[in-house]
Amino acid sequence: MDTIFAPATARGRAGIAVLRVSGPRANIVAKMLAGRLPEPRLASLCRLRNSEGELLDEALVLRFEAGASFTGQDVIEFHLHGGIAVVRAVQQVISDISGCRLAEPGEFTRLALENGRLDLAEVEGLADLIDAETEGQRKQAVRAFTGSASSAISSWREKLVSALALIEATIDFADEEVPVDVRPDVEVLVRGVFSEVQDHIDKTKRAERVREGFEVAIVGSPNVGKSTLLNALAGRSAAITSEIAGTTRDVIEVRMDVDGIAVTFLDTAGLRETQDKIERVGIERAINRARASDLRIFLIESGEYAPAELVQDEDLIVGAKADRSGLGVSGLTGFGVDLLMADVARILENRIPHDAHFSRERHRRALVRARDELSEALVAIAAREQQDEVLSEHIWTAVRALEAILGKVDIEAVLDDIFSRFCLGK
Amino acid sequence: MFHVKHSDFDVVVVGGGHAGVEACHAAVRMGARTALLTLKVASIGVMSCNPAIGGLGKGHLVREIDALDGIMGRVADKAGIQFRLLNRRKGPAVQGPRTQADREIYKTEVQSELSSLRDLTILEAEVDDVIFERGRIRGVRLTDGSEVRSKACVLTTGTFLGGMIHIGSERRAAGRWGEDPSNRLADRLVDLGLDLGRLKTGTPPRLDGRTIDWSGLEMQPADEEPTLFSFLHKEPFFQQIACGITHTNEVTHEIIRANLDQSALYGGHIEGKGPRYCPSVEDKIVRFAEKSSHQIFLEPEGLSTSTVYPNGISTSLPADVQETLVRSIVGLEDAQILQPGYAIEYDYVDPRALSLSLELRTLPGLYLAGQINGTTGYEEAAAQGLVAGLNAAASAQENDPIHFLRSESYIGVLVDDLTTRGVSEPYRMFTSRAEFRLSLRADNADQRLTQKGIDLGCVGETRKVAFLDRLCELDTLRDRLQSTKFHPKDISEVGVKVSNKGPSRSAWDVLSFPDGSLDAVRRLMPELQKVPFDALEQLKKDATYSRYLERQSKDIAMLRRDELQEIPKDFVFRGLPGLSNEIASKLEDVRPSNIAQASRVEGMTPAALTLILAKIRRAKRQSA
Repeated sequence: MDTIFAPATARGRAGIAVLRVSGPRANIVAKMLAGRLPEPRLASLCRLRNSEGELLDEALVLRFEAGASFTGQDVIEFHLHGGIAVVRAVQQVISDISGCRLAEPGEFTRLALENGRLDLAEVEGLADLIDAETEGQRKQAVRAFTGSASSAISSWREKLVSALALIEATIDFADEEVPVDVRPDVEVLVRGVFSEVQDHIDKTKRAERVREGFEVAIVGSPNVGKSTLLNALAGRSAAITSEIAGTTRDVIEVRMDVDGIAVTFLDTAGLRETQDKIERVGIERAINRARASDLRIFLIESGEYAPAELVQDEDLIVGAKADRSGLGVSGLTGFGVDLLMADVARILENRIPHDAHFSRERHRRALVRARDELSEALVAIAAREQQDEVLSEHIWTAVRALEAILGKVDIEAVLDDIFSRFCLGK
Repeated sequence: MFHVKHSDFDVVVVGGGHAGVEACHAAVRMGARTALLTLKVASIGVMSCNPAIGGLGKGHLVREIDALDGIMGRVADKAGIQFRLLNRRKGPAVQGPRTQADREIYKTEVQSELSSLRDLTILEAEVDDVIFERGRIRGVRLTDGSEVRSKACVLTTGTFLGGMIHIGSERRAAGRWGEDPSNRLADRLVDLGLDLGRLKTGTPPRLDGRTIDWSGLEMQPADEEPTLFSFLHKEPFFQQIACGITHTNEVTHEIIRANLDQSALYGGHIEGKGPRYCPSVEDKIVRFAEKSSHQIFLEPEGLSTSTVYPNGISTSLPADVQETLVRSIVGLEDAQILQPGYAIEYDYVDPRALSLSLELRTLPGLYLAGQINGTTGYEEAAAQGLVAGLNAAASAQENDPIHFLRSESYIGVLVDDLTTRGVSEPYRMFTSRAEFRLSLRADNADQRLTQKGIDLGCVGETRKVAFLDRLCELDTLRDRLQSTKFHPKDISEVGVKVSNKGPSRSAWDVLSFPDGSLDAVRRLMPELQKVPFDALEQLKKDATYSRYLERQSKDIAMLRRDELQEIPKDFVFRGLPGLSNEIASKLEDVRPSNIAQASRVEGMTPAALTLILAKIRRAKRQSA
């Protein structure tokens, strides 16, 4: 039996986010994150760390023992500081533990029911909520597709059904007049869907950014004015909140609204060669964080260069301390800050996908699962010793993963395709 | 006329086709006193269509019937004259055993199986009504007015219910060539509120093999190493024959096109829907006009007869046109037709009226099996006969219904498909209908089902002993393979690709690699030379998909959990707070038997499922 987890509070920024874990490995999850198993039914303040020992958050952890919990199984609740990055980091650690996975819609409720922890009235109260999480959402997601995107989706379905029809015909009608080798045709169909799914995964990532906010890292040498710039941004702009995030000790985050786009600016440790071990760790983290950000602002003094290995397309390279040099931006006087913000807004605005709305984590996971299966199918097509039924298994699994997006694909649809394609039957 | 005293049987089975005989045999194995009523005792076990058993999906069903100690596998083995394992070059999950069967031997063996049953009474009689009293079926009424009373009843009327044969524009009421239909029973079922539909199937003309010129034809031999159906059999009982292969040609197609308006099918005489995978030759020519030739298998119907079944030219053209068309085909220039081909239309009951035990939900005690449920094929019929027979016996003995799950068998897939989706054309099994195809294999049907059969009490002593020995042999050998580890270097040395830096691997792991042959493993473990080859072969098949089976086992566990979560027969979906009217009315139509079925209803949401579950639980708590 799997151990399942999901946020119990609505997504987005809030003071507290509750992450619930239920199942046989819930206690292991607690031990791995908190380093110990808290007393049952007592709020315990714990430092949560990932497997590298990095501090993720200081959180309240509640433990409910099997038989005395919402689901009837061992349950752990993490009351995290509501930052999205924090919730994401903790979820990542849990999903890396074997036997743990994100809960399906309604799964907690169902467990509760099955273990006799809920009565009908309570379930009815929850029904609307769960409903909104499922069919309605699918319809909404599908409706959100317009023009080219929606026709792409129906073409995925068509292609996958055709691919299955070709393989299944050679399996189920082996002693009839069907082509012996359908793999080249199947490959074309599968590869087509594979690359489009990959494309949508990339878009989805960006769509998620729209909801959760972009990250923009301010990078530069020590004392170049990064913190001053951040303070200037925080002071003049409508900062939504600011906090010293628990994700790493070395990065300061300020979240704000830039022309309607949620943006988190990161002030990272100054980059320089150093013998100091602790500082080196901090710099390494700054580099990693900057790399993973959506956009980087490099603050450089005259005569300096932005580190080439970090610069990506569209990144901004800006002169520092404009109060002295008269060029670039100055956090101290505010010179050039408006212009910089406008540049950031323009660049990020362009990255908001307007044609794809797979913004739900669940959809993204479905796409990723489908992509992985299709990629295995492509490997199987190329490998002669792999049997057709194994190849078919991968495609079916991909189709099932995509059901949330494509709607149900029934064997009858595949049979329809087979019979319209081949003259079968003795 | 034979007269029987009142209420004399536990189970009455109406019909002696493949569903009927399997139902009788199963009921008797369960210890039920059983009667078989048939229009013609001599026709019990007749193969009215093609003389072959098994195939893809179908062979799987036969193996499952055998694993539960049914008769179809054993009889087919005894009558088998051309064993061929289909998809031999593909993986074991999609290999299907098949054989041509000697029609005469098949029938004789079925009849001798039945006559050896002490608890079975066979009566020649026509049933025209069922006795429905105090909310339950209490037996059947015969055309002479007498009654045969029983606690449960299985109807297996095949194509006899409202049967109508078409040859060209000629039509005659018949259940099969030369046998009368059962029309009054059909009317009675409508009176009882059942929804009848109409289906169609067809058969080709039968040829005299002595008038076929075999000399120029391609021949298809039997397998050199035959694969039998029954887990109890190793060797065929008779010499093996070859089938001929010929083709239709442009001349044949021209003859058919010129006479299309005379075909019953295209002349508008037939309203029933035929199977797309078993089209008439007229259909093939019309729907695939660009194909200039279609394959025909010339299948001898037995060792002691010269009758040949030309598989591939099922037709409802007039008899004289059939002759011209046959004679336009290479090898058949002088062929004599012994019996013309025909189309047959018959009534079927919408199987969505049935529960998973194949009992009519509105008529407790009445079970339906075979073509009456809209299926086609001997194997599909027999599988349903088995399910209905077991359940009729269980019901007569006041035991719980016996259900087969999608996750455990093709039988489960068949019954679940029929009862939840209904049919729009005669239903045939395909391996692609089984979502857990990699684990539901023909080769492991015994490992999947025999223990269940032993627990139910439908497996005899001989099979039980053989099965337990086999299981023990496999378990011991599997343990040995899993506990013997090899260094990657040794594994590469026997020709299996593996990374030299990887961990050591067990012999079982090696078997699970695509190139991990039995030979390679025997070179790694020379001591396996002494182990029976077929046990090793079986474990190689189990190991082949182990990677996928581990992944699937989670899905299977989830499905099984839902399948076991039964929805009471009288459950009211309408008015359940939180359930939309649209879904409620769909559920009322489909009447799912369990949560797994409910989850497949269109538009179903996890929330709605949870609501249903909650209601069931509350009802249970209240009644407890």
